[in-house]
Amino acid sequence: MADGTQPRPAQASPAGPTSTPDASAAAICVRDFNLWYGDFQALFDVNLQVTRGKVTSLIGPSGCGKSTLLRSINRINERLGYVRTSGAIELLGQDILAEGVELTPLRRSVGMVFQRPNPLPLSIRDNVLFAYRLSKGGKTKRADEDQVLQEALEEVLLWDKVKDRLKRSATALSLEEQQKLCIARLLPIKPSVLLMDEPCSALDPKATRAVEELIWKLRGEYSILIVTHNMAQARRASDECIFMLMGEVVEHTATGEMFVTPKHQKTADYIEGRFG
Amino acid sequence: MTNETEDPVASAARLVSGGDRVADSAPGDQGGNQGGALFTATTLDRKNARTERGYHSLFLLMSIVLILPVVAILGLLIVRGGPAFSWEFFTEAPRAQFTEGGIFPALVGTLWLVVVALLASVPLGVAAAIYLSEYAKDNALTRLINLAIINLAGVPSIVHALFGLGAFVLFFDFGTSILAASLTLAIMTLPVVIVSTRETLQAVPQSFRMACWSLGATRWQTIRKVVLPNSVSGILTGVILEVSRTVGETAPVMFTGAVLFTPFLPQGVLDETMAMSLHLYMIATVIPDVPPEVPYGVALSLILMVLVLNSASIGFRVYLRGKKKW
Repeated sequence: MADGTQPRPAQASPAGPTSTPDASAAAICVRDFNLWYGDFQALFDVNLQVTRGKVTSLIGPSGCGKSTLLRSINRINERLGYVRTSGAIELLGQDILAEGVELTPLRRSVGMVFQRPNPLPLSIRDNVLFAYRLSKGGKTKRADEDQVLQEALEEVLLWDKVKDRLKRSATALSLEEQQKLCIARLLPIKPSVLLMDEPCSALDPKATRAVEELIWKLRGEYSILIVTHNMAQARRASDECIFMLMGEVVEHTATGEMFVTPKHQKTADYIEGRFG
Repeated sequence: MTNETEDPVASAARLVSGGDRVADSAPGDQGGNQGGALFTATTLDRKNARTERGYHSLFLLMSIVLILPVVAILGLLIVRGGPAFSWEFFTEAPRAQFTEGGIFPALVGTLWLVVVALLASVPLGVAAAIYLSEYAKDNALTRLINLAIINLAGVPSIVHALFGLGAFVLFFDFGTSILAASLTLAIMTLPVVIVSTRETLQAVPQSFRMACWSLGATRWQTIRKVVLPNSVSGILTGVILEVSRTVGETAPVMFTGAVLFTPFLPQGVLDETMAMSLHLYMIATVIPDVPPEVPYGVALSLILMVLVLNSASIGFRVYLRGKKKW
């Protein structure tokens, strides 16, 4: 991209929402975060905060590092083996990249929803209870399980539809139901943050709407960071919006503001569909 | 080959264009498309269609050729070896310098060898495959292991036999025994188990692992609860292949545990035993005056044994695949 005239926004101003919240209100706080895949640098000095109890959407063209950033927050990227990072990511005030951080409890407090619904090849019941059972070391009482199961499925508005077929395979559900199930299975272990990587891109418009409504309903109880390619979705279903480009955060403001009066030319170009 | 039949492209084109076009009735006309007709076959189309039919027939023929040896072998064995079959052929030991009696001790011995070899190689092979597929990073150690597997697969069976003789019979002092022979067989078939298991494990969608990890499961929990249950059927395929190979191997057991004749059935893994493959080799080449149908009968029983063992595991596989949930 022909650049040079534009200042580097991420450096020029520490990107933050206009109503600069104090640090304690941040569920996730990323500071000077760089990430390399081998020799390729995917993220450049990323600084951002995700406000507690709000939905923050992360937009930007493909390859701009949205998913990479998301996957850094539950450290699932490290499985690749050739990833290096610098900087800090704080979750509820704790540095998750520090030495001695156990990945299992981290992943329990950071739930992740994937682009393509990926229920495990188990029954609906076993799917919802999967993480719950792991977190209890496998010693769970049937009555507790039943309660947890019902609560989680009610929370995602799925209970009435599936309560009679809990033993059926989860992969037989429709995509919308599968994605809701994937959200439901996170809830029993009470994560503080939900990361969603284009959670609706495999769904049709009606299912998208249903999942969006669900995300909006979970807001408040959970802090949600959602990557999306869908401008309309970012606009409808988020409180704050972060625009990324080429591995840098360009702009971070309240959603309404970004779509009405974007501060940067590139943001304006992107959300109006002039590139990307 | 099929030049005399009507060109299907041309006839299809005629159907499309109404069947009464003048251009079509003249074979070999140049560039039908230039005349404005959209769906008529040109010379090039007809040439392509001929080539297409040629290759289709060629590949079909090759596949059929593949069936022939199987049919021929089975046919020959059934015709020549069938008459040897009787109740006592399967239930009695050989008598009178192998000219009478049956193959019972060899049958039992081969079963012993196969089972002990499986007990040794399946846990080892599956564990190695799990390591390679689920844990190993791409580093020097992993590459070394892979190289070792490839080379192990390429070692001739007679070399395995000599290795087994040196290592198990002499060095570990198991003597010529089922244990020594089975361990030799196990080492020989290990690459098959490892490679097939690893491929099966890698066929389990990565998204399942991602889902598990992101829910806070450790690698082992992921393997036990999701990866393994979904790859059992594939692992069994490797085991089937291994069984087939183990049953028929002669050289590795000849030096390490199988004997021409023993009056006793094996009582434990440190006993010597008779084995079908060695028995067949001996009565077909070394022992004089064996009735001609007997070697064929032994060969037929050997094949039947593989088939029975295979169909058992194939049946189990089909059953498991029916339970697969994606």
